[in-house]
Amino acid sequence: MEPLEIAELLKEKFPIEVQDVTNFRDQVSVSVKRDRISDICRYLIDDPDISMDFLSDLCGVDYPERRLRFEVVYNLCSLKYKHRIRIKALIPEDDPSIDSVVPLWSGANWHEREACDMFGIVFNGHPDLRRILMPEDWEGYPLRKDYPLRGPEGFEYRKYEELKELHTHDDEWTIKS
Amino acid sequence: MMEDMKSGLDNKTDDAPRIATKELTLSMGPQHPATHGVLRLVLDLDGETVVKCTPYVGYLHRGVEKLSEYRNYFQIIPLTDRLDYISSMAGNIGYCVAVEKLFDIQLPERAQYIRTIAAEMARITNHLLWLATHALDIGAMTVFLYCFREREVILDLFERMSGARLTVSYPRIGGVKNNVDAKWLDDLYRFTDEFPMRLEQYETLIDKNRIWLRRTKGIGIISAEDAINWGISGPTLRGSGVPYDIRRYMPYGVYDKVKWEVPVGKNGDVYDRYRVRMEEFRQSNSIIRQCIKQIPDGPVMADAPKFILPAKDKVLSDMEHLIRQFVLITKGPQSAPEGEIYVATEVPKGELGFYIISDGTGKPYRMRVRAPSFVHVAVLPKLCEGGFVADVIANIGTIDIVLGECDR
Repeated sequence: MEPLEIAELLKEKFPIEVQDVTNFRDQVSVSVKRDRISDICRYLIDDPDISMDFLSDLCGVDYPERRLRFEVVYNLCSLKYKHRIRIKALIPEDDPSIDSVVPLWSGANWHEREACDMFGIVFNGHPDLRRILMPEDWEGYPLRKDYPLRGPEGFEYRKYEELKELHTHDDEWTIKS
Repeated sequence: MMEDMKSGLDNKTDDAPRIATKELTLSMGPQHPATHGVLRLVLDLDGETVVKCTPYVGYLHRGVEKLSEYRNYFQIIPLTDRLDYISSMAGNIGYCVAVEKLFDIQLPERAQYIRTIAAEMARITNHLLWLATHALDIGAMTVFLYCFREREVILDLFERMSGARLTVSYPRIGGVKNNVDAKWLDDLYRFTDEFPMRLEQYETLIDKNRIWLRRTKGIGIISAEDAINWGISGPTLRGSGVPYDIRRYMPYGVYDKVKWEVPVGKNGDVYDRYRVRMEEFRQSNSIIRQCIKQIPDGPVMADAPKFILPAKDKVLSDMEHLIRQFVLITKGPQSAPEGEIYVATEVPKGELGFYIISDGTGKPYRMRVRAPSFVHVAVLPKLCEGGFVADVIANIGTIDIVLGECDR
């Protein structure tokens, strides 16, 4: 099936949710409201003619000037029919949360953790939402557009001595006997 | 060891003293040589059995995605070298293919062929290093030395082609950096003549080795449905019997002009993934040979002056080209279209995807790298839990990860 046909089907099935369909270089993006993202993804997986079984990628994008500041982008692929489609869920800044799709694709687990780590988007129902690439005690969300490239003003790495002091009594770093 | 003690004690009479057993938490890495980089695994052990495995990544996080938002499209190429530094050529090509699709640039035929050859050479070097370290982890030292001997030949060819052995930065947006000469192609062809014989040597060393078979067969099994659900790609997915190969599904380069097959496994265990990669060696070898036979003459850079850098000799002799070079280098391509694109290429480790959002300036608004290693590390707990500690090593080897790509 052509990606545009899938977008039409989505529009029919979820008329309130689907906001916008764009086509650029034969790649189709469908912007949707965040509320029923699980249902939309479930539909895309379960429909025998679409069968988007492979989650290629999941990531966040930040548009500070927009009313709905964040986007979570799902790049989907069907191994059966060899077609791709992109779903973009729009998320407001004051409540940056969306339902997790880990129950649908186990592979979404770490991608969602990364989006949470980098953008501060909360995935409801995620089994283990912790920072993944940045240290656990990091403050701020590095991939947001308002986060400076070289870190916050006046930011300094902890000195080695301080770090050593910090971890001497840390159970997590020693083998429990 | 603890399990032996336990069972040994159980056989004794009741009045013999008992040794209490308890769960042990073992932190493996990030400096452990068998973790192929800086991967840290926290293993909860019950005797020799892994009860829980928790991977920690991020030790090599350099913020490539953030950095690329501050660089123009040309300046990102060296960053992609440092993602998967084992097969940097493949990463470069993946990025360039994505940007060319964004800019809608058509490549000249010869550049396509050179890229395909280079990508397959990268696949061979990557799989050689994978085989070497995987075998070394499991205890076969000789294969390691043999593989590095052949890898050296290809790295030398890379050096003659691009000037660098590892971080090549050879492809450019719209083509490749420089042409290759007939002598280079001859030398590569001579290597491909010899290489299948070398493969047989590796196979005689390990294929019938009882230790190798016991350590790989039936270990780290993942079914096809699970593998797809977890988003695994590349040889790791094909080991489970799913013939998903982007070179075949959505061809780029000249993969649709040469004859080759997609090798698939059956059982989805460590051994099948080993067999798949060994077969990929032969397919890559065959692709290179066909490309060398078919390669046409012609230019190696596309004719798209708005997006590609002018040739160096013209820059040094002509004012107009000098100005164009200056503007492109300092500001990036100013006529970049607005839009977004996700392009995946089949790198040796799996599906490497670049999701680029362009806002019409010379820099990408957002560049997301979908790294196969990141996805593959996530699946480690599933492979390891319930197995033995020794099999953790085999499992890390078999998913073929590099942490530079995983952490980005």
